Amino acid sequence: MAKVTFITSDNETIKTDGNSGNIMELAVKNNVNGIDGDCGGVCSCATCHVHVKPEFWEKVGEPGEMEQDMLEFDDNVSDYSRLGCQIPVTENIDGIVLNVAN
Amino acid sequence: MESLPDIEKKCIIIGASHAGVNCAFSLRRAGWSGHIEVFDKDDNLPYHKPPLSKAYLSAKEQAEIDLLFPAENYIENDIKLHLGKTIVSIDSNDKSISLDDGEKYKYDKLVLATGARPFIPIIEGLEMAENVFALRNLLDASGIAKAVSLSENKQVVVIGGGYIGLEIAASLKKSGAEITVLEREERVLPRVTAPEMSDFFTRLHKDHNVELLTNKNVIAIESTENYNTVMCDDNTSYRADIIVIGVGIQLNLELAHKANLEIENGIKVNEFCQTSNEHIFAIGDCTFHYNPRYERYVRLESVQNAVDQSKVAAAAICGKEVHYDTIPWFWSDQYDVKLQMVGLSYGYTEVIKRVEPGKGDQVCESCWYFKDEELLAVDAVNNAKAYVLGGKFIKSKQPIDKVKLRDISIPIKPKSFLKE
Repeated sequence: MAKVTFITSDNETIKTDGNSGNIMELAVKNNVNGIDGDCGGVCSCATCHVHVKPEFWEKVGEPGEMEQDMLEFDDNVSDYSRLGCQIPVTENIDGIVLNVAN
Repeated sequence: MESLPDIEKKCIIIGASHAGVNCAFSLRRAGWSGHIEVFDKDDNLPYHKPPLSKAYLSAKEQAEIDLLFPAENYIENDIKLHLGKTIVSIDSNDKSISLDDGEKYKYDKLVLATGARPFIPIIEGLEMAENVFALRNLLDASGIAKAVSLSENKQVVVIGGGYIGLEIAASLKKSGAEITVLEREERVLPRVTAPEMSDFFTRLHKDHNVELLTNKNVIAIESTENYNTVMCDDNTSYRADIIVIGVGIQLNLELAHKANLEIENGIKVNEFCQTSNEHIFAIGDCTFHYNPRYERYVRLESVQNAVDQSKVAAAAICGKEVHYDTIPWFWSDQYDVKLQMVGLSYGYTEVIKRVEPGKGDQVCESCWYFKDEELLAVDAVNNAKAYVLGGKFIKSKQPIDKVKLRDISIPIKPKSFLKE
């Protein structure tokens, strides 16, 4: 079980927990505004962009190559950008806080 | 007329796929406090459609479906789903819809997200043939998967070399079938991409031992007890245990006609997704809508258009003015290749193709479509940077230095192709 907190762009805090799937699916399930996951989680659309709070970056890890290329020129990119669909929900990420980028 | 309190108003949505379902949730987010009822013929909990021709068909075991939203979300948001229900008419004066079982529901606002169904061409012998499929919904996809798994020879003929046809070919090849694709035009993807992209996909499928044949006009199907034979007008014929037809769609416009809505190449809507009837909205594949960037009316078959229009319609129904103004985007996955497309290439006069050094042995290409000096669209193969930046250039109408764009030693970066 992993506890994941989302903070939306209008500063709503949504506390969630999950034990399977990925961060995009967890956000959709919990009606997190700003995360759509239009492509269903195949790294094609970047509608699940999150900023990982720096203190949790090591838990979450670096983006993959394709993901990096999707993010690099995004308007809201930061040093801690990830696509939610590429982050599996496992115990390893328990306690992380994510800011929704859009 | 007496007006109902907001909480007693009802919004009915016809169609529970990407457009209709996202509209329901967007309505709640936008503050609709009344009833929301969504109807669809499909009796499955609403699911993602694009994987049906991709991961779903290539799965070795029984594939799982990707739900759009978990079942509990509909309950939490007080969205009532009427699945497996067929609407047969709309009375726009009475503001009601009728089901095939005679039941009638009144609405205050109505959203048509009726989408499309596969277009089935008239081919002699088609109706008598066994194991013939088209692909639009889960029932179709599971039918194809089952037929392939039960077939001994697994020879599949795909009629139509568009995205659906090519994705089906790639996916079924992965699951062990022998595939022949028959395209009527002189190249695959004839209506949607430049010859450069058609060449790329032709090579890709040949490399995977899929037979892609062009200038093949299918005129008849002959069936024996065990298999079909697909006959073309050049006197060639192809054995098929299974036939999949992917030659385009036919819009579901019957209800819009019954409601006397204005229809051109789809249900005509304004920038708020409102039809010619102020209480009826339309979203998704079935709409003919104005695109401000391209300054013309378009009809799009895509998830992006469905989801974005669903939000615009929801806002409008809640009395908020959000204009629809998105650069269209699309994607396709075939084998290990990711194709991402942004913009509309229709009317292009020139294509610039870039081939970047790929990662490992992966190809990395992009086609940039221009109408004179104006960038219209980008097709990117395993090249997300070209896709993302291309989309930005199209939106900002940034003038592009084509000499620099052609120069492969200049990497794709935000300022790489600026005119001096």
